[in-house]
Amino acid sequence: MNSESIKSTPLCDKHVALGAKMVPFAGWNMPVQYTGIIDEHNTVRTACGVFDISHMGQFLVNGAGATEWLNKMFTNNLNKLVDGMGQYSIMLNEKGGVIDDLIIYRLAEDDYFVVVNASMIDEDYAWLTAHKPEGINLVNKSDAYVGLAIQGPTCEEVFAAMCPGVELPVRNGILMFSAEGDDLVVCRTGYTGENGFEFFCPAEQGVKWMEKAIACGAKPCGLGARDSLRLEMCYSLNGSDLSPEKTPLEAGLSWCCDLTKDFIGVDVLREQKANGRPTALVAIEYKGKGAPPRHGYEVQLPDGTPLGELCSGVLSPSLGKGIAMAYVPASLGKIGTDVNVIVRGKAVPATIIKKPFLKK
Amino acid sequence: MSTIPADYKYSSEHEWVSPAVDGVVTLGISDFAQSELGDVVYVDLPEVGNTYAAGDSIAAVESVKAASEVYTPVSGEIVEVNEALDGEPGIVNSDACGEGWICKIKLSEPGELDGLMDAAAYEEFCK
Repeated sequence: MNSESIKSTPLCDKHVALGAKMVPFAGWNMPVQYTGIIDEHNTVRTACGVFDISHMGQFLVNGAGATEWLNKMFTNNLNKLVDGMGQYSIMLNEKGGVIDDLIIYRLAEDDYFVVVNASMIDEDYAWLTAHKPEGINLVNKSDAYVGLAIQGPTCEEVFAAMCPGVELPVRNGILMFSAEGDDLVVCRTGYTGENGFEFFCPAEQGVKWMEKAIACGAKPCGLGARDSLRLEMCYSLNGSDLSPEKTPLEAGLSWCCDLTKDFIGVDVLREQKANGRPTALVAIEYKGKGAPPRHGYEVQLPDGTPLGELCSGVLSPSLGKGIAMAYVPASLGKIGTDVNVIVRGKAVPATIIKKPFLKK
Repeated sequence: MSTIPADYKYSSEHEWVSPAVDGVVTLGISDFAQSELGDVVYVDLPEVGNTYAAGDSIAAVESVKAASEVYTPVSGEIVEVNEALDGEPGIVNSDACGEGWICKIKLSEPGELDGLMDAAAYEEFCK
């Protein structure tokens, strides 16, 4: 552990002034809730919420050969991208395990903007640096930006009010533009399953743009709601559902892994594709009432056979029942399988269901 | 400002007990505790008929982010539980010291009440 104390985003004082309960997350002091996790969750599903995502990382990668190199570092195929489009992708270690999941946007030929998890900024940067050929530029711009995730069915109206006359890019698109004298980035992506975008502004202007988002109709929402929203969609969280010990095939992410190209870790994935993966990340839904499922709780077959431990779990505000994900032996993880989640020694009946929990 | 009824007694684990009526007290978690927890989504109630010693874990109040154990500050037998919390755990948030009560305990050692904090002491404790 290093001796660095916890970091604060430029919006920290603003969160406190808004009544946020602050908690440490990935070395950052972050708002877990303002009015309440369930209220904030419902706001994103029915209107619009704004989340501080300034703690996340941003890298710029450019130079001749950048596409060819990044195609060796990440699982998804960058050749699918045109200028102004992004894709979800995974960076693997040599064992095919996940270092980080990320979104990479093509700005122009061999010119990329990459958004990575807060918990992995330094490790991602070190890994990329260690594998980078001469002549390619890799810049860590993480501290330069304040990021706001603005998510919910009314987000387009919020953006129109924040940046009049600017058109939001299409889903997975990125736009760099200027407004009010600031260089801004907007990406049509999100971690909630709702219509949404992620907005990046210069760190020094962060408070101004957060206040503007709120004034334009987005309600401040914290990490608690961010977690319940993403879990309802079965979006993975690195560190809980993704780890260096599990391949993306085990995590159910084969759709963003192009096994026809060579990238670090591809051999392990090809072997799992040919011979079967040892475990699979399954979606588990409570049959009825029960104490909320949580990370670390054991899941078993009805006869007591242990299947694994929950990676993530929450009482779904939208569905009103417990939802969770766990890696189980692939042969035992068929959809429809009855299981028990063990909470304080008691078995809560549940079922393995087809993802996602919240059908949209 | 958190609600701290003047006639209740309080434990250092943020439980309250009401004054005994025919040797039976009502128990819940304090307004301060519910505010620290956030949205209560589930309450694991004790079973009627079970007996406990002071300090035993008898229930759990779960918020979105954490499961919190409830300890009885007094010894005795559970004579009633608040089944309303099954359907509406949020009552613990909206009325922790009233309708959000968790259970009623028939005291086996009434003297234990003297060892608990009164409202003024609890208010200090929470600062």
